[in-house]
Amino acid sequence: MSEKKINGAEALIMSLERCGIEMTFGIPGGAAIPLYDAIYDTRKNMKFVLVRHEQNAAHEADGYARATGKPAAVLVTSGPGAVNTVTGIMTAHMDSVPMIVITGQSSREMLGKDAFQEADVFNLTMPVVKHSYLLKNVNDIPRIIKEAYHIATTGRPGPVLIDVPKDVGTDIFTGDWDAPINLPAYKPEKCGYEPETLQKIADALAASRRPVILSGHGVALSGAEKELLHLAETLQAPVTSTLLGKGTFPDSHPLSLHGLGMHGTAYANRAIVEADLIMVIGARLDDRILGIPSEFGKNAVKIHVDIDHSEFGKMVTPQIACHGDAKTVLQDLQPLLKRGDTAEWLHRLEGFKKKWPLTFSRRGGLHPPQIIAELSKLTKGRAIVTTDVGQNQMWAWQFYQCDKPWRFISSGGAGTMGFGLPSAIGAQLGRPDELVVAIVGDGGFQMTMSDLATLATHNLPVKIILMNNHYLGMVRQWQDMFYDERYSSVDLEGNPDFAKLAQAYGILGLNLKRATDIPKILKKAIEHPGPALINAEVVRRAEVYPMVPPGKSLAEVVLSHPRRKPGRPAGSRNKTAAKRIQSSGKKEPQS
Amino acid sequence: MSKDIRTHNLSIFVANRPGALVRIAQAFSRRGFNIESLVVSPGARGDFSRMTITAKGNQEGLEQIIKQCTKLVDVMACREHSDEEVVARELALVKVAIDPEHRELVLQIADHFHAKTVDFNENSLVLEATGSSEKLDAMVNLLRKYKIIELVRTGKVIMARGDRQT
Repeated sequence: MSEKKINGAEALIMSLERCGIEMTFGIPGGAAIPLYDAIYDTRKNMKFVLVRHEQNAAHEADGYARATGKPAAVLVTSGPGAVNTVTGIMTAHMDSVPMIVITGQSSREMLGKDAFQEADVFNLTMPVVKHSYLLKNVNDIPRIIKEAYHIATTGRPGPVLIDVPKDVGTDIFTGDWDAPINLPAYKPEKCGYEPETLQKIADALAASRRPVILSGHGVALSGAEKELLHLAETLQAPVTSTLLGKGTFPDSHPLSLHGLGMHGTAYANRAIVEADLIMVIGARLDDRILGIPSEFGKNAVKIHVDIDHSEFGKMVTPQIACHGDAKTVLQDLQPLLKRGDTAEWLHRLEGFKKKWPLTFSRRGGLHPPQIIAELSKLTKGRAIVTTDVGQNQMWAWQFYQCDKPWRFISSGGAGTMGFGLPSAIGAQLGRPDELVVAIVGDGGFQMTMSDLATLATHNLPVKIILMNNHYLGMVRQWQDMFYDERYSSVDLEGNPDFAKLAQAYGILGLNLKRATDIPKILKKAIEHPGPALINAEVVRRAEVYPMVPPGKSLAEVVLSHPRRKPGRPAGSRNKTAAKRIQSSGKKEPQS
Repeated sequence: MSKDIRTHNLSIFVANRPGALVRIAQAFSRRGFNIESLVVSPGARGDFSRMTITAKGNQEGLEQIIKQCTKLVDVMACREHSDEEVVARELALVKVAIDPEHRELVLQIADHFHAKTVDFNENSLVLEATGSSEKLDAMVNLLRKYKIIELVRTGKVIMARGDRQT
């Protein structure tokens, strides 16, 4: 390299650049000052974004990676700075998103001595990373960064953390830039299956009369959407998808059954109940998808394709497990496929779709699905939509129609409230020419809204649609259905005027109160060249249906607000709300 | 959940890197498994370590732990072995209190189990015994009739017989 002497911090930033990291998010602090000194000089190939909270930095890197397919880095200081990233790292880990997290650390001689802002970040984060390093020797930097990048992006992707003591950053680097990766035990195989496995799958598919394909995040991660389409069309098999699998199969395709599980469509859930074969591709079958695990596809042949061997039998034991990358497996399977005889099955499913379409009320005020359906129409499903977690997320999943992967960015496994805004910032930075819309709730938004400043500083044209029901709506819905209507700590009184709040940052702030204004306000926000926030004052008690109550099988879908509540807390001796009101003569509280 | 709660022998071959032990221990503790014994020592290749872990729990849970351990970046192999397919050994050091009256009886027990006397004092002696864990259990149980001052056991190490890999 150059003849100029460089220190560890510079070597680290240069190593990230050499790996192809183009975007870094973070906040400096004492132990990270050497690293921040190294990014002070403008970097040719890397952009740095200063955020307002370290959790947001991780979510922004996450949103960037999901929108572009390329990992970003997070650069924070020791102690609280590093610990603040844990929620974001866990979110990425649960959803298999690649990320490189660099945390500052106390100097080597101070390790373990309760130094100022010292936290044992290496051990604290261990359960939520794919791998991690404590960097102890300045000359290991190029190798460790290369390894971290390799681990984060291959096999089942995930976050990798590197803890960097301050004095390693200031040591002079004299090592080898081309030191090779040394990971003798890491073998992220693309195909760990035998050719016979493919034949078994092909035979099972050919014999099936009522097949269903379940497509997950793995299909998007491996870029197998074309192969999935070919598989479904050849077999004439319907496709349902997980939350993170949204877009891996076109929502507009006649074979699409849309989402599955707790808030999936009634027809997808029914299809799984009646199927004689379920082919799961790149999905880990979590509890929100399965209902009761032992009831899931009880009478169906189950085929599970996954790149992570530990997923087979974790929740459901498949008859045929195929360990491999979704794209590779589906490509290898193609020559063996025969056209399926499924006309009768598809006809039956068409009937279910007509009988149980996704619907929403239009009465009594502004309903969130109305706004999302209109957004879907206006953008033709081409916007990148990020969501928060809760009702807003489920409505967005149900009513935003999209035909491509990486258009729907949501915290699936972790269910991290506050994910919507920062992930939208990351997605917009990665895809500057696309329309990025964050659909958020008033609860989650207030957890990470400090990054409105980042949005304003970079003048990113993200459009925030805030479904403001002044409630932690999903919890309220559960309390209504399963906890005797005792609405404990869900009323978000004290919400600010969100439109004014946006304006305080120089962001266009709009209010939406009437359904008839939806197209006008949406257009106004979209046509505005910079960031915009729409505060939508929605019906306070709107609920998400269909719903499979927790602990129930997929056959027990609740289609609309139930008169008789489907559950009560264990050991409950409370009167139901109706009886309480009757006996006290009080009126139900207004809301 | 299966009711088959028994002790399992696991052998893990792992790159000798910082944090490897903690990652493996977490795979057990996260799933509510209690590790009964754990032995870590250098493998034949200097940059690898061999771990022998015995843990109690149901088969289903254990299979998931094996898969999770195998998935770790530093783990080369993680295998379960039945008692029949391995040679298993453990070493114990037992410090027993003695008085002139009981000294002979203690030494008789030691002799029976082929234990060596590695320290001999006026008030105590230290016995060293190796063998299967069951054999050591038997010896320790007999010695309990006298006063055991301290007991240190290495935990089980195993090696697969014949052509099998450990």
